[in-house]
Order: sequence, then structure tokens, then C-alpha cells
Amino acid sequence: MARVTRRLIDFWLMTQPSALTARGLTRDFRGFRAVDAVDLSVAAGSVHALVGPNGAGKTTLFNLLTGFLAPTAGRIEVAGRDVTGLPPERVARLGVARSFQITSLFGQLTATEHVELALQSDGWKFWRSVKLLRRHTARAHELLDLVGLSASRDSKADSLAYGQKRALELALALALEPTVLLLDEPTAGMGLEDVDRTVALIGSVREGRTVVMVEHNMNVVAALADRVTVLQAGRVLAEGSYADVRADERVITAYLGSSAHAGH
Amino acid sequence: MKLKWILLPAAIVFALWLPFGLYPAVAVEILCWALFAVSIDLLLGYVGLLSFGHAAFWGASAYATGLIAINWDWPFPLAVLSGAVVATLIAVPVGYLAVKRTGIYFAMVTLAFAQMVYVIANKWSSLTGGENGLQSVPRTITDNFYFYYAALPIVVLGLLLAWRIVHSPFGRVLVAIRDNPSRARALGYPVHRYKLLAFMLSAFLAGLGGGLFAMGHRFVSLDVLHWTTSGKAVIVVVLGGIGTLWGGVLGAAIITRLEDFLSFSGFDQIGLVTGGIFVLAVLLFRAGVWGTLAKIPARLSRR
Ligand SMILES: Nc1ncnc2c1ncn2[C@@H]1O[C@H](COP(=O)(O)OP(=O)(O)OP(=O)(O)O)[C@@H](O)[C@H]1O
Ligand SMILES: [Mg+2]
Repeated sequence: MARVTRRLIDFWLMTQPSALTARGLTRDFRGFRAVDAVDLSVAAGSVHALVGPNGAGKTTLFNLLTGFLAPTAGRIEVAGRDVTGLPPERVARLGVARSFQITSLFGQLTATEHVELALQSDGWKFWRSVKLLRRHTARAHELLDLVGLSASRDSKADSLAYGQKRALELALALALEPTVLLLDEPTAGMGLEDVDRTVALIGSVREGRTVVMVEHNMNVVAALADRVTVLQAGRVLAEGSYADVRADERVITAYLGSSAHAGH
Repeated sequence: MKLKWILLPAAIVFALWLPFGLYPAVAVEILCWALFAVSIDLLLGYVGLLSFGHAAFWGASAYATGLIAINWDWPFPLAVLSGAVVATLIAVPVGYLAVKRTGIYFAMVTLAFAQMVYVIANKWSSLTGGENGLQSVPRTITDNFYFYYAALPIVVLGLLLAWRIVHSPFGRVLVAIRDNPSRARALGYPVHRYKLLAFMLSAFLAGLGGGLFAMGHRFVSLDVLHWTTSGKAVIVVVLGGIGTLWGGVLGAAIITRLEDFLSFSGFDQIGLVTGGIFVLAVLLFRAGVWGTLAKIPARLSRR
């Protein structure tokens, strides 16, 4: 029965247009090929997990997809539109938001100010008072509540605890109302409770969105992902549903003794 | 914030009293340098960019203002404003290339451009008077004492503009870019363009100061474009306090007054003293005079 359901989901995904596509995506760092001819097609509305051992090229792939790195070769499309070579801010404004693996915030701004910054569209107005941004405060607080940061609204990012910073990362990405959400290890370093909350949160915000997530925690992958791509040494090693990928011999070899087995 | 309501009237009274307490010419000089310092601080303190070539904007505006006054005899506020606009226009190509760099490379690009402007002004003597500079810039208000009060509103407006920029949605974005440019880009902000606008606004403020400086002295010498002028502006900001805005004003008052005192007492190694102060400020008062003073109330109330 489960098998049939899986096939049905697979079939459904195939009929969906691709929200994010990579073709032959390649990136070299001084002769070292970090991402090697990756083909990736993320079905609209799906949660697509990207897994692989450390150094497999997952973050580099994210950086390519979001314009932070220029590809050595290959092509990137967002909803069928060629975005290869566009700068990150353009990609972001096309509805592709990302979070960062290494928490990346604005040290001197408060949590609320962070989210306001992501919500506002008055950035050029140097002649207006910053109070103009107050019209986003309510929405900013909503988002902070959503990620569990109600108590730390007015704390500066520098003074937040690690897990809170991860939550703020997520709130920032959500504030952009993206159609495609790229999350780089959203649960890394979190305690069990926070992991559960984050899984529930991603599960609820995926409605109407496409989510691509890098994740080492296989329980999280199992819980959320419709489809899994396994990267190793910059190449796509396997792709399929979580169950398919977990049963794949090559994947088991690549992960020997690591989280794939622990995920039972 | 109660302190604001004590400091603000105090500053106004002080500004109004200044030409009674000092040589009016020195008081005017302080006004000009206050704008110049704030223009540097806008970039250094709020965008994290150290310009080492702001003399180009200060000086270009001084020349433009002087030439306008000499040739067209416009009212001086209009001449100064036009000078500032010229400075802003020059900032477009300079900024366009400079903002793609950060840190020392940004400083180098701005310095290189400023040197270019210096050389051009020196060679183009039919326009600028070359080594002789622009002599006898006409001014209706001949008395420096009254000119101070005529210049004060322009300076106040310039400072208010700087204050508004820092406390605007744009200023918020600048701080974000300063703290984490990559993150700002991921939020959809075109970082280079934001930096370019900040650079132009900064050049405008420097230009306001430079134009007033030309009118204040009633001549323009090549010194206004010299790299030591850029350096002095940076020293003023570091001494006053980076990222405080008012620190630059305070620094301008201290350095200008000190220089006047030294030259009056026949001391001709002024650079040595300002340089020494700079080193001391960097080593001992990283927060500058303003930053150090600003910490005192907090420290007292903690007791
Ligand atoms: N800017 C860079 N310059 C040189 N090499 C790089 C650069 N960025 C990444 N690499 C290399 O590319 C490879 C892939 O790195 P990447 O960060 O994409 O891996 P990852 O799959 O995200 O790993 P992790 O699970 O540890 O986050 C690594 O060997 C890394 O050292
Ligand atoms: Mg990574």
C-alpha cells in the first residue's frame, strides 16, 4: 500500500512544472570541481531534500542557485525563466529566498528590525523617517511568533542564542513570501524540541511553496521530503523518494556507518 | 531620552554664541569642517566605507562655487548648492567604480580619483587658476561675523539631512549592508546601488561644506583638493567618534580651534600635532570624544 502511494506521489510530482531547475550545473574552485554537472528539477509545491556527506557540494549548489556564485558551466531556471548569472538580489526578488547554513544576521539590529527589513519596500527613502517601517511591525511580530521568538523580539541579533538565531534565519526567509524557499540545514545544532517545532513549521509553511532543504538529520528528511537528491563529491549519486534512496546500494556505501542507518 | 532635550538647546546656544567667543573666520571654518566630517562619517560609520578621497568633492565644490560666484554672481546659498550638486555628479563615476571594492581597496580607489581631480585642477589653469587658485571670490556679506549667521542655516540643514538619512528606511538598509552585505543581498537589496546612493549623498554634504569654505575664505587654493585635506577629514571623524554623526561636528570644532591656536602661536608643525592626536585617538579612545562622553551617563546611572 505504502509503495502504491509512493508511486502515486512520484507520478504526481512528474506532472508538476519545475519551480527550480539546474542543468549541467558545474562549479570549479581553482581546478577543484565542487559541483559537477548537476541536473536537478524541483517540482512546484514539493519539498525536496538535498543530502550528502560533508563537502559534497550542497551549500555550493545553493550558492549557485541563488546567484551568490557564478557557475563554471550550466544553466539555472526559476519557473522556466533563465536566471543564470543574475545577482543574488535579483534572484531573491524573483521569489527565491534562502537561509544560510552558517547563521548570517545583522549584528546591530533587533529581531523585529531584521524582519521589518525583509518586509519593507521603502529602502530607498532616505528622506523619510525610519518610523515608516512601523507599518510592518505587526507582521514582523507575527512571523517572530511563528518561529517561536516572541520573547526575543527586541533583542539584538548578536545577543541571541544559537537556536534563536536559526529561528530568526527562518523568519527572515519567510518574510520575503518566497515561492521557492531554500533552507541550508535549518535544524543544524538544534535540540530535539526545536527540531520538532521546526519540522512542524516547515510542514505548515510549505503550503503554496516549493521548498528545497539541505538536511543531515534523516528523521527530518523522512518527515518532510517528497523527494531526495543525494550528492557526493559534487555529483548526483541518486534521486528518488526517501525510501528509494535509503535502499539504494550506492547511497548506503556513501553513508556507510552514518546517519542513513541511524534513520530507521 | 531626556538627555536629548538638554543637549539640543545647549548645541543651539553654543552655535549662536560661537562667533562671539572665537574669531568669526574660525567659527565659519568650524561650520564647513563639521559638514565635511559628517559626510565622511556617513560612509565610514554607517556603511563601513573609508573614503580617502573626499577632498575631491569638497574641493570640486569649492572651485565650482567660486567660479559661479565670480562669473555669474549668484546669491551665495545658490552658488554653494550648485557646487554641492557638481560634487554629487562627480561622485557618480567615482562611486560607481569604488563601491565594488571594500576596505583598503575602496580607500585606494577614492584616493586615486582624488589625485586625478587634483592634477586636472592644477593643469587646467585657464579655469582654476592653477597654482594661484581662484582669487577674490565675491561675497555680498563681507563681514565674517554676519557671514557666519548666514552660513549657519545651510550647515544646520546639511546636518539635519545627514541625521535624516541615518534615521530613515534607507539608513536602516545601510546599517544592514555594513553588518552583513551578503545577507542584505539575499533579502533582495542591490548592495552596490545602495552604497552608490550613500556615496553620492555623502559627496553632496562634503560639497556643501566645500562650497561654504570657498565663500568663507573668499578664495580657493589648490589645497582644497590635496590628499592631506582628505586625511584631515578622516582624522576629525576618528577623533570625534565614528558612527556618531555629532562626533564629527565636535571633532571639527576641536581640530579647527586647535589648528588656529597653534598657527597663532607661531607653531608650524600643525600636521605633527593632528597626526599625534589621531594616533592617540586610535590607541586610547576608539570611540572618539563623542563616543567616550556618550558612555558617561550610562556609567553614572549604573551605580
Ligand atoms: N569558496 C570556496 N573556495 C574553495 N573551495 C570551496 C569554496 N566553497 C566550497 N569549497 C569546497 O567545495 C566543497 C563543497 O563544499 P560545500 O560547502 O558545498 O559542501 P557541503 O555539502 O555544504 O558540506 P557540509 O555538509 O559540510 O555543509 C568542499 O570541499 C569545500 O571545501
Ligand atoms: Mg553546507
